[in-house]
Amino acid sequence: MRQIVWLLFCREWRLAWRRPGDLLNPLVFFALVVSLFPLAVGPEPSMLRAMAPGVIWVAALLATLLSLDGLFRSDYEDGSLEQWVLSPHPLELMVLVKVLHHWLVSGLAMVVLAPLFGMMLALPVSVLPVLVLTLLLGTPILSLLGAVGAALTVGLKSGGVLLALLILPLYIPVLILGTGAMDAALQGMPVTGFMLWLGCLAVLALTLAPFAIAAGLRIGVSE
Amino acid sequence: MSGLSELFDMGGHGVYVWSCYAITLVVLVLNVAQPWLARRRLVNEEARRRRREVM
Amino acid sequence: MKWTFFHKLGSPKWFYDISGRWLPWFAVAAVALLAVGSVWGLFIAPQDYQQGNSFRIIYIHVPAAFVAQSCYVMLAVAGIVSLVWRMKLADVALKCAAPIGAWMTFVALLTGAIWGKPTWGTYWVWDARLTSMLILLFLYFGIIALGQAISNRDTAAKATAVLAIVGTVNIPIIKYSVDWWNTLHQPATFTITEKPAMPVEMWLPLLLMVLGFYALFTVSLFMRMRLEVLHREHKTRWVRDVLEKLS
Repeated sequence: MRQIVWLLFCREWRLAWRRPGDLLNPLVFFALVVSLFPLAVGPEPSMLRAMAPGVIWVAALLATLLSLDGLFRSDYEDGSLEQWVLSPHPLELMVLVKVLHHWLVSGLAMVVLAPLFGMMLALPVSVLPVLVLTLLLGTPILSLLGAVGAALTVGLKSGGVLLALLILPLYIPVLILGTGAMDAALQGMPVTGFMLWLGCLAVLALTLAPFAIAAGLRIGVSE
Repeated sequence: MSGLSELFDMGGHGVYVWSCYAITLVVLVLNVAQPWLARRRLVNEEARRRRREVM
Repeated sequence: MKWTFFHKLGSPKWFYDISGRWLPWFAVAAVALLAVGSVWGLFIAPQDYQQGNSFRIIYIHVPAAFVAQSCYVMLAVAGIVSLVWRMKLADVALKCAAPIGAWMTFVALLTGAIWGKPTWGTYWVWDARLTSMLILLFLYFGIIALGQAISNRDTAAKATAVLAIVGTVNIPIIKYSVDWWNTLHQPATFTITEKPAMPVEMWLPLLLMVLGFYALFTVSLFMRMRLEVLHREHKTRWVRDVLEKLS
């Protein structure tokens, strides 16, 4: 079992790094969206600071959606997805490995970049650790839930926009918790409650999402 | 009579109350009319098809 | 255990016959309940001491909201039945109920917004209830869009079933987080005062309207399901006979 997990992970890793541009695009998108807001509302630091949690989180949501669009597409098109569904190994586990890899190259990257954007949006340095922690807990949830949508729309031409329509309502609790934690930190209030709830959702997503993702893939492949 | 116009005015809130009830009525009727009309269409199409078959 | 009933439920023809017999009763009930409820709510029930006559919008807003929310749960139940027991009628039910639920959500949102103007002075406020309704509308759009995007009918049915289940699991989470979000951002002016228990003269017409909305939902659902069954079983003898008799 462990061997399969490792092999799959290495396969994903190698495939991803053949097209480094694809990995970079969502991050550049993240940066662009964050930069759009000061341009749109003006550079006044107090306003940027008030908006910063929301802006960074919404940008992270949209960037994740962008990177999820092609999550299963190339595997679907070259037939390897069918092999996965037919294989004797649990599809749920294989799917989890794939999503974990996706999170490492997208969500984790955003976590690393976030302090930089936080500073660009006039966030005080003291709240940056909270920002990092909320994203660290939140982005796996985004990857997992998003993969459910990606699995249900695999093979559809309309892909991207439909995926956003399906998944964004489900992202709302994570958004509320993440930005809520940030706002609390900005006011100097404790954030443990928010973190615990985020952790709760993360565990829930980790345990339940693979089943939904696998179900979606089985449906999409059976067509 | 003043009673009736009072009824429609609803103490100044008439616009809101009546627009709500009116829109809802339209939506409810729509939800019943649309399947009914679609069924009529299906029946007519089938009748046309049968006539063509007989010919 | 009435397994024969369950097996019969798998037969489209049986459903068509039975729904045909029940439909007129539901229709009469719906019209009666809605008519009596509306007249009662509009003219006979007393006005609210705080909100005056605009309170009467409650007789539409609340029933629509109830139907909107329970319809989504019904979609999930139909989804489970469809995936677990592979019952085609459940697919039909899911596909047909979704648009009705979306319309009900729309009505709830619209009446909620219109109600807001005389009550709070603005057409839209991001309070917990309206925001949750808006998210519910998006969830409905997702199901409808996914169903239309997939061309294979059975695949579409299964995919929307999974989506409905995932959505329903998320609804309590969304509801709690929106409620929480609302308390975090509640400006001091918007205190939604907790009302004392509604007097009988007010909740009785409300009950009638709620039942009337559910009855009308059933009427619309049955009509759509019967139409869908006729489409699906188009090639069979019994459908040909039915259509011939109708023309």
